[in-house]
Amino acid sequence: MRHDHIISAKQLSRGDIETVLDHAADIAADPGAFADRHSDTLLGMLFFEPSTRTKMSFTTAMKRLGGDIVDMGSVESSSVKKGESLADTVRVVEGYTDALVLRHPMEGSAKMASEFVDVPLVNAGDGAGQHPTQTLLDLYTIRENAGFDDLTIGIMGDLKYGRTVHSLAHALTTVDARQHFISPESLQLPRSVRYDLHEAGAGIREHTELDEVLPELDVLYVTRIQAERFPDESEYREVAGQYQIDAETLEAAKDDLTVMHPLPRVDEIAHDVDETTHAKYFQQAHNGVPVRMALLDLMLGGDQ
Amino acid sequence: MSDNDQQLRVSKIRNGTVIDHIAGGQALNVLAILGIDGTSGDSVSVAMNMPSDRLGHKDVVKVEGRELSQDEVDVLSLIAPAATINIIRDYDVIEKRRVERPAVVEGVLECPNHNCITTEDEPVASRFAVGDDGVRCEYCDTIIRDNLPAHILAE
Ligand SMILES: [Zn+2]
Repeated sequence: MRHDHIISAKQLSRGDIETVLDHAADIAADPGAFADRHSDTLLGMLFFEPSTRTKMSFTTAMKRLGGDIVDMGSVESSSVKKGESLADTVRVVEGYTDALVLRHPMEGSAKMASEFVDVPLVNAGDGAGQHPTQTLLDLYTIRENAGFDDLTIGIMGDLKYGRTVHSLAHALTTVDARQHFISPESLQLPRSVRYDLHEAGAGIREHTELDEVLPELDVLYVTRIQAERFPDESEYREVAGQYQIDAETLEAAKDDLTVMHPLPRVDEIAHDVDETTHAKYFQQAHNGVPVRMALLDLMLGGDQ
Repeated sequence: MSDNDQQLRVSKIRNGTVIDHIAGGQALNVLAILGIDGTSGDSVSVAMNMPSDRLGHKDVVKVEGRELSQDEVDVLSLIAPAATINIIRDYDVIEKRRVERPAVVEGVLECPNHNCITTEDEPVASRFAVGDDGVRCEYCDTIIRDNLPAHILAE
């Protein structure tokens, strides 16, 4: 695998994905063997919006490889507050560090930032755009639990604004998964995403009800429907209520159905699902560390 | 009456570019996309809605003192795909060019996504990949399919 920057899951071929996931599996099997791998490495953390979980996961990954992080801190306390451009910020900070992790509220920010720096840059989320490391840990979790062969996946919830979903759906075309999209009509996939999926030759089907497809699924990926997408509270409650699952809902599913969620959840997965063998969302969150370790190790030249 | 005769209605230019066969009503958008606003002092003449055998109605633009490059011409394909370009020197047509659809247009269109980094005060030009039936922002993936002239960047 040779990519200077990781901006979008779309840039990753099936081979690239397998390389990262295989490496992550090796790391997960024996993390101690990688503990001094990058003892001289400093990772610059540029988080222009709060995302505690993603930041902790990257920090853990870098430290478990023996390296350390340098953190810009919150935007309020930085020079960005004084009106510095993103292009300037990354050009300054790249001089301090060996690689950068960027989280920014605007779409395309990571791609633009990467055009100004020579050190590798990882996109940790650009607005409603891409979040490739989330996609990689999702794929890792899917591969571990259901495998990529003959895979049928249902993706449910907010498909319009959910970047996690767009990125995952695109990546799943590289493994020829059958994809079912379950959402209220007002939150269906946006045009650009549907276009991309068709271009990639994906077999996609859209549904408004989970019952129609649940028994066929190997994986059910649930995302949160946010109240602010609806004009009023009562409409939100009514619609969102139809896309919540509990242990009883899952009685109609295959025994080995894998239920995933990018977390945090609110009430879209009832707590009684946690006790079932279907629940894999905490494992999914934990997988963020070996996957990010693998990606950092490969980007920083660990494969040489 | 042929297209050729119609051209004579607009005064001849000595050196510069004649853009012919612009779809009727698009002449001002052609000027906008080329960043020609008259401030440079060169004379620009515009004829709109002339009868045309090929197009029904066409616009013609003549720019004195400026020879358009192939890259500039290709940008016109977004709004005037049938346009023909004549480069004029000393009243003679020395070169005829056709517009070809470029793979990418840079700094020409403004991304309609207000949350796109290219709309911010950053040192980056907008960049759109040109597809069969629309253009796509290379930064945020937003697709523009209809009414491209409405998205031409103000100079
Ligand atoms: Zn854009």
